[in-house]
Amino acid sequence: MAKATFVVPALRQYPQVPAVTPGTMAHSAPFVAKPEFQAPLGFPGELADDWQAQAIAKMGELLGKYRSLRVYMDSCVKCGACTDKCHYFLGTKDPKNMPVGRQDLMRKVYRRYFTLVGRIAPKLVGATDFTKEVLDDWYSYFHQCSQCRRCSVFCPYGIDTAEISMAAREIMDSIGVGQKYCNEIIGKVYTIGNNLGLPGPALRDTLEGLEEDVYDETGVKVRYPIDQVGADILLVTPSADFFAEPHVDGLIGYGKVLHEAGVSWTLSSYASEAANFGMFIGSYENMRRISQRIREEAIRLKVKRIIFGECGHAWRVAYSFLNTLAGPWDFLDSRYPVPQHICEFTYDLIQQGKLTFDKTQNDDKVLTYHDSCNVARASRMGDQPGGQFDIPRAIIKAVCNHFYDMDEDTIRDRTFCCGGGGGLLTDDLMELRVKGAQPRVEALNNVMQEKGVTHMAAICAICKSQFTKVLPYYGMEMDQIVSLHQLVSNAIVLTPREDDDEDDDDEDDSQALDDDDSESVDEAA
Amino acid sequence: MSFLTGLYAFAFYFAALVLVAGLTWKVVQYARTPAPLKIPTTPAPITGSGVVLRMTREVVLFESLFRGNKWTWIFSWIFHFGLFLVTLRHLRYFMDPVPTPIAFIQPFGIYAGFAMVLGLAGLWARRFLVDRVRYISSPSDHLILGLLVLIGCSGILMSFVVHTDIVSVKAFFLGLYSFDLKPLPADPLLLLHLLLVAGLMIIFPFSKLLHAPGLFFSPTRNQVDNPRERRHLAPWAARFEQR
Repeated sequence: MAKATFVVPALRQYPQVPAVTPGTMAHSAPFVAKPEFQAPLGFPGELADDWQAQAIAKMGELLGKYRSLRVYMDSCVKCGACTDKCHYFLGTKDPKNMPVGRQDLMRKVYRRYFTLVGRIAPKLVGATDFTKEVLDDWYSYFHQCSQCRRCSVFCPYGIDTAEISMAAREIMDSIGVGQKYCNEIIGKVYTIGNNLGLPGPALRDTLEGLEEDVYDETGVKVRYPIDQVGADILLVTPSADFFAEPHVDGLIGYGKVLHEAGVSWTLSSYASEAANFGMFIGSYENMRRISQRIREEAIRLKVKRIIFGECGHAWRVAYSFLNTLAGPWDFLDSRYPVPQHICEFTYDLIQQGKLTFDKTQNDDKVLTYHDSCNVARASRMGDQPGGQFDIPRAIIKAVCNHFYDMDEDTIRDRTFCCGGGGGLLTDDLMELRVKGAQPRVEALNNVMQEKGVTHMAAICAICKSQFTKVLPYYGMEMDQIVSLHQLVSNAIVLTPREDDDEDDDDEDDSQALDDDDSESVDEAA
Repeated sequence: MSFLTGLYAFAFYFAALVLVAGLTWKVVQYARTPAPLKIPTTPAPITGSGVVLRMTREVVLFESLFRGNKWTWIFSWIFHFGLFLVTLRHLRYFMDPVPTPIAFIQPFGIYAGFAMVLGLAGLWARRFLVDRVRYISSPSDHLILGLLVLIGCSGILMSFVVHTDIVSVKAFFLGLYSFDLKPLPADPLLLLHLLLVAGLMIIFPFSKLLHAPGLFFSPTRNQVDNPRERRHLAPWAARFEQR
């Protein structure tokens, strides 16, 4: 079991809604970004004297730019339907982690400065001035929201706390109070090309290593190409896939599937990141700037299709926003959706009977599947609503003999966040991450007890990193979380090609990253 | 014309003006604020008619709330459906002749008042009994519930216990259309009932009662899930394209 300086929540057979306990997480706040991490994103470095006026002006600007924010500030009736839905409330008992409690941190400021009653009789409607104390509360609790949208499923008006926490972070960034983790990482994308800060040569070394590993293991030459002009498909995947476990096993799986499909494809060292942390900080401009890199590479590499690897929020940005942020995609092959998810690609091949599997290769495992929040509630796969639930499960069932779902209340669009999404996957928020994982781990524990489940598959780099880190706090093994395409990789029967017997002459044993770096790899997933 | 008649006539002109102007202002504000990104809570309909169906289920059945909390759902549905019938029934006091459907609804509308108050009582009880709902309740939440309960109870009392001269009441309201002020009966219960209703109309555009128009403008509920097929671009975001 991992060491903890806080009490790890208990796992029970039946979920319980905790009694409201104010202030349990008031101390939790991530490191603040230094000015050097703010500047590349276009944000001021620190709080100015007139920060309050600036913040209120920014709020007014956002109220005029985002209908969601405007409508959601007005519409809440405090019915309480959301109060027991957030994994952070369930795990921490702190009422400011109830979705409405979190929203009210902004709503009370909104009411004070933007509504008639709040200006005249603030106490009547719970309105307050935007004081430094309120700002500190904002910084703390808007960084205890993983923007997973579970609350929005149950709200009678569809109020989405993610929209509000994104706006709050944008307001805070605009007055110089940024979060180090997200903003430093976005800076790395701008200067190097990916969240992990992996330069092109390191990527090429890794991919060569993967080719050798797969050849040694299977005797088949599976290629992992990068920066190949004229390839048909550009694969964009979270940079964690290049180094972190179990992510890299998923990348190996994508390569095998693409190999069997017989298509030409390439990764890119310039657009070497599927993740888009611009979404987490609510910054349209930064989200757009990151997305544009993919467009630039699609043009430069002259590809016809774009496929995204396993990453939850990346798929939200890709599926829901990429056309808006970096479209139109009229120069790509119009026979395929832009972009496609690797699961859609694999599923189509399975449907066409183009893949052969030996399911017994996964017989050492009993699987369950974790619906990643952004895939489940903010995107789709395939051409039918709910394809984002059915397609990954269909793939797992095609490659594994033993599969059981977790409790109905904790899967599909009611899935619980892993506890590390939304820009919270940083060590300075470890207590929050462990406690926020409790509802998911509890459901996992129950299928482990009842069905003998041994492993949980996921299609999100953040989920994979988060579970690898937090499962040990609950007495579980870190390798119980697996990539979906890792299962595909295990079971897929590769077709040998003519040149497979020839040995490659350029042996290269160099390992681009040593063990010290694997920690930061894990964090920047 | 008595002072009272004049006062109430003024109150209802004012309340109607505030309600219509305030709601129009909010609806125009919501409609003119762009939604720059596609954010439907998925699984979401992939066609426009699917969205109409989803919205209808939300408006009529409170589908999301049903999934969220059964107690809140049952109380709020009873309240809202009761209020709906009561409002329909009351149309008979504002139109002449009374259309057949409104006349038909009369017996149900009378008893719907009880449903309305029962639902409100359940919702109010939750504000005291459930610690999470207690935590999020502010004075205005209790006051609005109190206002609605008083409107419901005073109405029920007039229907079943202390009747008022309803024919004169109808004449008063019909007269308001042509600025022809007819005397309003000076029954305390009626005066209380009408005063509270005018108050409700006035606070509507300034309070959480905006959830009614708000639902129709909620991007998580009213957007079609088709971002890959159709490019969605807000005017302020389109400006980035020209750089």
